[in-house]
Amino acid sequence: MGDENQRAAGAAGAAAGDSLVRVRELHYRAGGRAIFDGLELDIRRGSVTAVMGPSGTGKTTLLRLITGQLRPGSGLVEVDGREVASLGREDLYRLRRRMGMLFQNGALLTDLDVYENVAFPLREHTRLPERLLRHVVLTKLQAVGLRGAWRLMPAELSGGMARRVALARAIVLDPELLIYDEPFAGLDPVALGVVLRLIRELNDALGLTSIVVSHDVQEISAVADQAYLLTGGRVAAAGAPRELAASDRAEVRQFMHGLPDGPVPFHYPAPGYAEQLGGGR
Amino acid sequence: MPALLRELGVSMHGAVTALGAYALFAARLLAGTPRALLRPRLVIEQVHNAGALSLVIVMLSGLFVGMVLGLQGFDLLERFGSEESLGTAAALGLLKELGPVITALLFAGRAGTALASELGLMRATDQIAAMEMMAVDPVRRVVLPRFLGGVISMPLLAAVFSMIGLFGAQLVGVQLMGVDQGQFWSQMRATVELGDVMEGVVKSCVFGVACSLVAVYEGFHSAPTAEGVGRATTRTVVISSVLVLLLDYLLTAALL
Repeated sequence: MGDENQRAAGAAGAAAGDSLVRVRELHYRAGGRAIFDGLELDIRRGSVTAVMGPSGTGKTTLLRLITGQLRPGSGLVEVDGREVASLGREDLYRLRRRMGMLFQNGALLTDLDVYENVAFPLREHTRLPERLLRHVVLTKLQAVGLRGAWRLMPAELSGGMARRVALARAIVLDPELLIYDEPFAGLDPVALGVVLRLIRELNDALGLTSIVVSHDVQEISAVADQAYLLTGGRVAAAGAPRELAASDRAEVRQFMHGLPDGPVPFHYPAPGYAEQLGGGR
Repeated sequence: MPALLRELGVSMHGAVTALGAYALFAARLLAGTPRALLRPRLVIEQVHNAGALSLVIVMLSGLFVGMVLGLQGFDLLERFGSEESLGTAAALGLLKELGPVITALLFAGRAGTALASELGLMRATDQIAAMEMMAVDPVRRVVLPRFLGGVISMPLLAAVFSMIGLFGAQLVGVQLMGVDQGQFWSQMRATVELGDVMEGVVKSCVFGVACSLVAVYEGFHSAPTAEGVGRATTRTVVISSVLVLLLDYLLTAALL
């Protein structure tokens, strides 16, 4: 079954013929445990792709492999036709300038204010005159609705605001690929709605390709064009979010509908209850 | 016995690996230094953080160490009837030994821990990873300015420490114990040579490189957890302190 899904994922990408990210036969181990065991997936250009799965399935690890922060044990991770693991430092940095990444907690530089955080990539990579730089920074802050907060320090921002500032920073170099790592974690419903809307609008308005790693099935299903469900180091299901929600396969149903017990058991593996209560350890 | 040997081998292997990692990191810092100096604003900011913010603790410590030196020196020299040499004794003690060594220990405790914990927290909160994702080399942008700020600050702090220490020794020796003011300064000027001053300068520069390297290495490589940051901070103080005392012995033996 897993192989069928893997093949389906690959075939879907091949049929589209315009994948920005291609993952083939990816194997990766960490701490003696296999995180990926022959993973295959494709991210279509211009799409919003959700990568979902239970905790510990390696969703964030996948993002780190795509961005070259980690190297695969074996297999292929390609971005725009270039194998990430084979790139030297300079080429990898050149590729990363075409990517933006939104970290779970925003990862704003705490000694810089909002304006300087957004200006940071521009100051490092360009020699824009101050007036033009100001124009670009304020435009990006306007896009995420925080132009008025340009003077605040990161410690003065709420979780949702920090993530929006980080989003403005992620798009300031006009990337082609925008990667979101758990963008909804810990947000109140209003902030969540704002971030959700921004993911879709920025993707369409700026002609981006977006990858969103999330557990929040309902929310991400509303904006994603395609979704991958990862379990056991492989793709358990792939397709439009509506198709995944309608699936009758046990592991897909358990995840998509938040069922407490199923293929992912409620109980952590343990010896017999009676035996342990009876004095065994 | 074989188990003991094996354990010894593992420890030695670990120590050599750590030394190699330190050497590679130092080489990376050295290679990046010319480019980092092209952005002096970042370095000056760190001279302020590591140097200016350590001034109060260094000046206070220098004053008290100098005062103790004045008291102890007077007590010792009085026994030989040569208390007028107090200025020389205090100057040589402060310039050659106490100034560089105590400043380095204070530097490791104040600036070193601040550097290590700041870098450790930047890693724990993904700020380092975010920089890498923005194609900005964190070693060049964050680590190097902090390293250079420490290297520049250390000799300046040691000089301030020795100067204030001399003032403290004079305060006690001359004002309190009644040593002749003229004798105190003239003996010092007659006896202390440029070589003595240079010995202190060399030591404080070497200690500055050692303490700053340990702090930025430990902070930058700390585990991205609260425990990891705490451990990096502790290691910074412990390694720096032992290293300073070891280097002090080696430099003294070499420069005498």
